[in-house]
Amino acid sequence: MVVDEQVVDRLLHALADTTRRDIVRRCLVGEASVSRLAESYPMSFAAVQKHVAVLERAGLVSKERSGREQLVRTDVDAVRRARDALDQLEATWRGRVDRMSDLLTERTEDDERDQR
Amino acid sequence: MSVTSVDKDLDALTLTLIADFEATAERVWDLWADPRKLERWWGPPTHPATMVDHDLTPGGAVTYYMTSPEGEKYHGRWNITAVDVPTSLEFIDTFADSDGKPVDNMPVSTTQMRLSSHDGKTRMELRAVFDTRAQMDQLLGMGMDEGLKQAVGQMDALLA
Repeated sequence: MVVDEQVVDRLLHALADTTRRDIVRRCLVGEASVSRLAESYPMSFAAVQKHVAVLERAGLVSKERSGREQLVRTDVDAVRRARDALDQLEATWRGRVDRMSDLLTERTEDDERDQR
Repeated sequence: MSVTSVDKDLDALTLTLIADFEATAERVWDLWADPRKLERWWGPPTHPATMVDHDLTPGGAVTYYMTSPEGEKYHGRWNITAVDVPTSLEFIDTFADSDGKPVDNMPVSTTQMRLSSHDGKTRMELRAVFDTRAQMDQLLGMGMDEGLKQAVGQMDALLA
């Protein structure tokens, strides 16, 4: 399991930095060029490039050359992302339904209190 | 548990949830229509919601904010597209700025809610549809960021 541990270490190291987490998040929505990313952070182009390289080694983003630009995209399986997003929404709604249900049970005192 | 079934359609980016309540449709409707009641269930206990404007009519809007434990405010807005009291409601759920105006390039989802009742019990059918995959990814990205922050915070605590 040495290989797996290396993968996990790289992943955790890659994500243990605010800028790198931000890059992952931004490149989920669409590709961004390294130069455009560099404009958003108070650091040099080279520093941003280093962050992108760390993410690339962890398999979190992929880089593609397009003319003079290097485009960065977060590499997450689309189906898994969809499932995660819907899971998140499901959890939100399960919580809401539970609270709705509670409100409907404790009704009488509440209905009076809510008339204030 | 009142949730009877949940169906997730990955291709249509749709969540369909069915919940059954031991109450009349009017009382369930009231949980949506009374802003003081709505704010008691819309936000999670850690991020309670405060309703600002609440106009459940087609073309109307509901604006609200949720407050984090650190006091940060997250503004949201529903644009109401269809209402049929007390059985159905449809709205577009989006993020808003501090004035309650919609924010561009933020995730948008459409929510349809329908109530049907018999024998004094009410079934709520809820459908939430992400408009585009990019918006869904963005919403996920924000949640993921939070999750990662927590995970990394926990790691820090373990390593300290």
